[in-house]
Formats: sequence, C-alpha cells, structure tokens
Amino acid sequence: MTCCLVRPDTYRDSVELMRVAALVEKVRGVSRAALMMATPANRELLSGAGLLDATGAAAGPNDLVVAVAAVDRAAGERALAEAARLLDEQAAVSAPAGDKPVPRSIAEAASELPRANLAIISTPGAYATAEALKALKRGLHVFIFSDNVPVADEAELKRLAAKKKLLVMGPDCGTAILDGVPLGFANAVRRGSIGLVGASGTGLQEISCLIDRLGEGCSQVIGVGGHDLDERVGGLMMQAGIERLAADPGTRVIVLVSKPPAPAVARRVLDVARKSGKPVVVNFLGGDPAAILGAGAIPAATLEDAARAAVALARGKRVAAAPLAVAPKLAAAGRAKARRFRKGQSLVRGLYSGGTLCQEAALILEEAGGQKHTTVDLGDDEFTVGRPHPMIDFRLRNERILAAAEDPATAVILLDVVLGYGAHADPAGALAPAIEAATKAAAKRRRGLAIVASVCGTPADPQGLARQETRLAAAGVLLAPSNAQAARLAASLVGHRRPAQTKG
Amino acid sequence: MPAPKRKTSGGSAPLFDGGIRALNIGVAEFALSPRAHGASVLELDWRPPAGGDRDLGLLLARLEDDPDDPIGSRVAAANKQAIERILAAKPMLVDIGRAADNVKGLGPRHLLHAGPPIAWARMCGPMRGAVIGAILYEGWADTPDAADRLAAGGGVTFAPCHHFGAVGPMAGILSPSMPVFIVENAPGGTRAFAILNDGMGKVLRFGAYSQEVLDRLRWMNESLAPALARALRSRGPVDLKNLTAQALQMGDECHNRNVAATSLFARLIAPSLVRTTPADVAARVLEFLEANNHFYLNLSMAASKATMDAAHGIEGSTVVTAMARNGVEVGVRMSGTGDAWFTAPAPIPDGLYFPGYGPADANPDLGDSAITETAGLGGLAMAAAPAIVRFIGGAAEEAIATTKRMYTITLARNNDFGIPALGFAGTPTGIDARRVVDSGVQPVFNTGIAHREAGVGQIGAGIAKAPLACFAGALRELGRRLKVPA
Repeated sequence: MTCCLVRPDTYRDSVELMRVAALVEKVRGVSRAALMMATPANRELLSGAGLLDATGAAAGPNDLVVAVAAVDRAAGERALAEAARLLDEQAAVSAPAGDKPVPRSIAEAASELPRANLAIISTPGAYATAEALKALKRGLHVFIFSDNVPVADEAELKRLAAKKKLLVMGPDCGTAILDGVPLGFANAVRRGSIGLVGASGTGLQEISCLIDRLGEGCSQVIGVGGHDLDERVGGLMMQAGIERLAADPGTRVIVLVSKPPAPAVARRVLDVARKSGKPVVVNFLGGDPAAILGAGAIPAATLEDAARAAVALARGKRVAAAPLAVAPKLAAAGRAKARRFRKGQSLVRGLYSGGTLCQEAALILEEAGGQKHTTVDLGDDEFTVGRPHPMIDFRLRNERILAAAEDPATAVILLDVVLGYGAHADPAGALAPAIEAATKAAAKRRRGLAIVASVCGTPADPQGLARQETRLAAAGVLLAPSNAQAARLAASLVGHRRPAQTKG
Repeated sequence: MPAPKRKTSGGSAPLFDGGIRALNIGVAEFALSPRAHGASVLELDWRPPAGGDRDLGLLLARLEDDPDDPIGSRVAAANKQAIERILAAKPMLVDIGRAADNVKGLGPRHLLHAGPPIAWARMCGPMRGAVIGAILYEGWADTPDAADRLAAGGGVTFAPCHHFGAVGPMAGILSPSMPVFIVENAPGGTRAFAILNDGMGKVLRFGAYSQEVLDRLRWMNESLAPALARALRSRGPVDLKNLTAQALQMGDECHNRNVAATSLFARLIAPSLVRTTPADVAARVLEFLEANNHFYLNLSMAASKATMDAAHGIEGSTVVTAMARNGVEVGVRMSGTGDAWFTAPAPIPDGLYFPGYGPADANPDLGDSAITETAGLGGLAMAAAPAIVRFIGGAAEEAIATTKRMYTITLARNNDFGIPALGFAGTPTGIDARRVVDSGVQPVFNTGIAHREAGVGQIGAGIAKAPLACFAGALRELGRRLKVPA
C-alpha cells in the first residue's frame, strides 16, 4: 500500500531528499520510498510510480512530499516516522568537526560541554561576580579562585546558590578536593571517610594532609571561602557543605575549620552540624570552645588536633584529650640549636605563605606567652598585589629570611612549606639556599639561629614529601610533623619550655 | 561513554553525578590538575566581557536566562517567542506598487534613507547624491544645485526606511513615486517594502544622479515595475523563503551574492512575464535581470525585514531585530527596547577595491542591507557562498569559520536555510545582544563599498563589523526597562 506525508512549505535540496529516501527504503516492510518537492512534474512522476495517495496529490510545489510503498499500514507509518526523523536530524546536524572556535563565554562553552556542572573561575576579581552569576544561572557549581571579590557580591552569589542547591566555593580560598578531583591549591590526599568544610585554604590543606599521614582519607574537601562565615554571608556555604556531607553515606566524620565566626553565624552553622547526625570536629581558630561543645561537636585547638580527632572518630576510637608532645629527638636537636643563642636573641619570626597556618602559629606563640614574636602572612593581599603568591614565588620570603637573620633579636625563623597541586614544583629547593645563607650569616656574627618548619604535603604530592623534607633537613631545618608542633617547638626554643602542654 | 575510573575507597557518594565536567574561566593552569584526575575541563578563551566594563558585565549576567529568577525567566521566554516568530516567518512577494500608495504614513515630500535617523547636514556624500537624484527624479527641483538647496532648506522631510517598514540598500533613498516590492509575512502579521534594485555601476543607491541614472529610474517606474507586477499577479505570490533556501544551496548568501537567487527569480517570473507583457518589453526586463546579479538583494532585504519585524517589540527580548548604517553611524534595534536606535560610528569596510580606488576613497559603511545579516543571511551565512570569500581573505575555510563563529552569538539555527558546506546545518539565526557583548564577537556584514563623494558609485566590496557599543547600549536600555538592580 501507499502512504504519503506532506511537509507544507518546506524546501530541501533534491540530493538530500534522495539520500533520506535511500535510508527510508531500508525500513522493514518498505519496498520503495521517495521524497520530493511536490511540483506538478514530480507529482506526475510519483503518480506514475504508483506512490501518490490523496494526501500527496493535494500537495503544492512548495511542499515536501514523502511517499512510501509498504506491505501494510504499520510498516508505512514506521517509514514515514523514520523519514520525519531523518529530515529533522538532517536539519539539526551540527557543523563538521574541526576548527571549532574556542568558546569565549560561559553560554557558548556550556553548549559545547554538555551537562557541564562546575565553573572554575580565576579571572581578576572585578569580573568574577558576573562569571559566577552566569554559571549559577546555568545550574553550575562554582569554584572561585579569584580574590578581591566584594563581600556584598559574594553574599548575593551564595544566596542564589543556596536557592538553587548549588555550591559556591571561594572566593579567597582556593582549595577543594571534590570526588577525588583537586581544585586550586590542594594536596594528593587519599580518599576516605572524613569530610572537610573550611573557610580556610591552608587550614584544609594541613588537616587533609595530616589525615593522610595518619592513615585515613577524605571523602570531600570543600573550601567555602575566607568570608563565608562573615555576618554578611552568614556561613551559607558552610551550611550547604555540611548538609551535603550529612547526606553522603561515605562520610563518617565531618571537620569544620574557620576563623571564629560571629556568634549568630556560629549558631546557625553549629545547628546544621548538630542536625547532620554525624560526629563533627570544629576548629574555629582560637575561638571559644563553649558554643561548639554546647552544640554537641568536638572543639579542636589546632589543625593537627582536628585531624587527630577526626581520625580517631573515623576509627571509632576515643578522642585524645591532650595534643601530642614534640618528639624527644626533635626537642633535643632544638635544644642543641638554642644553646648557641646569644643574649638578646629572643624572638620568633614566622614567615608564612599560608594564612591559616600563620594565624595558628601566632595563636600558639601568643599562648606560650611572654614576648612579642612576629608572624607575617606573605600571601596576604598587601603582599600579592602585582606579584605571584608566595607558594609559587619564593623571592619575597627568601629576602625576608635573610633580613630576619640579620636582626640580632631573631632566635627562630618559623616557616611553612606547602606542597600540592598549584604550589611551586620544588619549594624546598627554592627555600634552601636562603636558609643556608641565613644560617651562615648568623654564624658569621657568632649567633645561633634555629630554622623551624613543617611541610604541608603528602607522599603522593607532585613534589614528593620525603624529597622535600630531606632537602630541608640537609639545610639544617628543624622539621616538625605539623604546623602546630613547629610553632610549639619554636616557642620552647626561646624559653617557653612548654612544647606539649598547651591546653587541649 | 563509560564514566572514568576513580578511586572510591571511602565509598563516598559523588557530589558530581557522573564526574566533574568543568569550564575553566581564567588562568589556564587551573585546568591541569582536575583534568589529570579524570575531570573533563573545557578551556575558555576568556576575556573581560563588555570590553572590561564591570557594571555592564554584571548587567549582562543578570539578564542571562534563569528559570528561577524573574528577570532571567522573562528574558528567556521573550527570546523564545522572538525565535519562534523568526522561524515561523513566511515572507511572500505579493505585489509591486507605488510607494506613495502602499507605504503607510509616507508624505508627499518624504524621502526615506538607510540606517538610523540622520539630518541632511550630517549625511555622507553618497547619501546626499542619492537625495539629489531622488529630488530630480521626483521633479521637486530642476538642477542638482536647486535640489541641494531644497534638501538643506528643509523642503524635504527625511526619515529612516526602517520607520516605515521599508529597507533600502546603500543610501537606501526611497521617494513617493518609486515602485516598491511588497512583501507579506502572514504568520507574523508584518509587511515590508523595498525599492527595486537599480543595477550595477553608476546607480542611485551609490549616490549617482546623472541623466543616465534618472532615465533608468523612469524606465523602472514606467516599464519594469508594471511588467513585473502583471507577471506576479498572473502567477501568484512568490515564496521568498523557499527561493532564498534554494539560492543558499547554490552558493548565494543573499546579501553580497545574489546571482543564483536572481536567476531563480527570473526563471520563475519569465513565463508569466512573456504571457502578460509585449515581447520587446519583456525581453528588456529579462535583459535587465540578466545584467544585474543583485536584483534579488532588495527582495532578500524586504523578506528579512518582514521576518525580523515579526520578532520586534517583545518586552524583555535581547534578539537584535535591525542593524543598519547611514554612512555615518551604525544603528541597532533590539526586540525588547522598542523603536530606539543604539548607534556608534560606522566603520570603513575591510575589503577589496576596484582598480584605482583604495580605503582612503571609501565611505564609512552604508545601507539597510545588514537586515539580511540580522535575519541570518549575508555575513552570517558566509559558509554558503565560498565564491565571495575573497572579500574576507581568500580561503573557503574562512567562510566556514565565519559562519561557525556567528553560531556562537545566535540563539537558533534556521533549518529552512541549510548550508551544504556545513552538513546542511541551518543558518545562524537570532543574534542575541547578550552573546555579542559577552564574547566580543561582532556580527559580520558583507557589504559594498561606496565612494565617499556623491556620484562616483561603488568602488569595492568587503566586510564590516557591527560595533559592540550598539549592543551594549541596547542592553543598558533593557536593563533600565526591566529595572535590573545596578
């Protein structure tokens, strides 16, 4: 039998129509197929071939007619449907591959990467808001590495994200490990059952690396940005992060890290933490543990304490009350250096590349009491204008190390060395010459000088933890296994002999 | 495609269903470690949107589609409607008649011109030449000097063709007694007009007004137009969409190359022409068509105008509905910003010149013909017309690259207009002012180049680009209309 389909006012080239006809003829039960513009001549042709029914006969010269001869109506309809599909497909076919322009906008890129789900934004801060907004509107999670994004913009973005159940990670906190994929500055941490949410980049790096070193791993590491717990932002993304980890069957323990938030924000965040139904370890750098305890969470005084508590909980063990003592061998090596200090050498100079690590050291030194030690975060905006971050470029830090060594009051130079993706390919190699020169300069003036450092990294990091530690040790650096221990060791060397006894 | 293997020792549920598919915007290095860990990362060739204007960039972001946001959803719905109307358009050549009898609102001393509004004092040389020619043709003055004085003294009312549903190539001068094509787009309820193309060489649209030019215009009025009108009435309306579709597959882009379309039109009209017109006149009409490869241009323009007017005036829409040049400024109209023009200085086209001429002789870009680009033809359909690729550098690949680039600033593909070289992909359709400003990719016009002095005529052809400032202005106005927070 004969079936026709008419597409009114549709023009297609005859070669294309013949191609489609050949494909339609392959449909089971179809003996012949023809697609033509229904000009009088073509209608005659179809009629002569016995392919024109009443529908087809009524078509005009601007109409496209599909005609098939099939064994039965079902086969005919299958064929007509196939023809319609091929006509639409043909029209929708994309341009041949190759020399496709590189997308310039999110809209363009999103259409090219189907089901894109994340935007990584590292534009200058002035443009980051608009890009993030466009990404969120398209349903993408956003990771903002950019700094100098106004807090009001951040609040707007995060309100929108919260509404859309999306994450905005950052700005001003370039660290995340999502589903095992590191973003920004992050370490090669093994996967495991501990989920981290933090407003602090190096805080997350330190905790995740220590968890790795203690033999456990991380489910997700979500950096929410340095201002997330600001009152204007209200901890929106930390709450969202906790909720995600709460819902994640692979996460057994949750760790939160941030500067102390405003009480109202802390209440909201801790409330969500309580509702997670999972053990939550909280390090609000130097904050009051009362509210944390009140919410049923476990306060940790340092990043190391947070890592240890999380590991213990993940293993179903009790959380130790006191921080670890500095290892006897390291303490002895420190004492040997300290014996060479001259009168007046009483200060610790912390020269940091990680803001949170710097702040933690400052707190520990302050707590150890007594003197006016100094700690500087060289990654702070005031130092990074017009130059790369000190985790990448060591020139500024090396200058500062040499200057500190020249100061007769300096007894200890305290450093962080951050490994991982995004960091310098060989931080130890970049630091060692300055450390050696500083040691030599002090010796020339018959002063002792202790350089104390900790390496934030894992054996799997591209720089290699062991290789980095070996190089630093060869330069005479006293290497502590964590930043907190390094700071305590430093404090003990200038006379506050309480390397392990800060309150837990 | 199977999901990439990843270590899942923790048994964690993925945050990202099926893996991370990321867009990297900014520093290229940030793509490296996610990619090394199995994420698919697409790198953007990012540059600050809106030429680095932060506020405009933010406005752009706020105007982006978003079903959850009142502004974003309104813009999305408005654009969807605009695109539907463009794709549904069915422009038909229904008649040819006197402008005064058909163009609504056209007064007895009106002269319409190409591009956004412009007063005599600021008109470029070719437009002034065409005005003088039209005044002489209408008999409002006897000499070019007298015509000049009349125009300068306010004896003529000037207005853009676009304000009357009309479009004119180059100077685009349309006077009351000229014959016009009448194109109807029944689905959109729109009607558009264009004068008949006056041929090659010294012609009115390039500012020439010699006796030869005026004689030709009179012949067109007295013989050509009536003959074509009779033929048309005898055979019935001509489906211009269908004709354009065929021409695109024959190597025209229906702006700067119309040889296939003109031939198709001639073939189509010839039988009824010889049946309704004395043989000698019919022969002259066909000779005129034979000698004028651009005859179809004005039909293409009127069809494009009827199509784009159907999409105009939809509140919230960022679809560009007109782009036009008056030889001094480029003007853009956007669907959601009513009848306002957003203008910027017209560029000198980048192109090839006839022997003896160069860029120093060129007038800034001119004509309503960019209505074809607005409708997805011309420069946007460049891949259909490799024969004129010399104008953009020479290689056929560049024609294809141009059209591919234009897909990035348009919202749809017009599947009725397939481009063979692109696997019959439809032409890029519905220029989105947001995409233009966001990416900095400017719509490309294929264009003729007029001598800057009146009367010399065409001296070359090439391409020009629509200035970004026009689209930026339109978006700012839309922002005000939609009360987008600053």
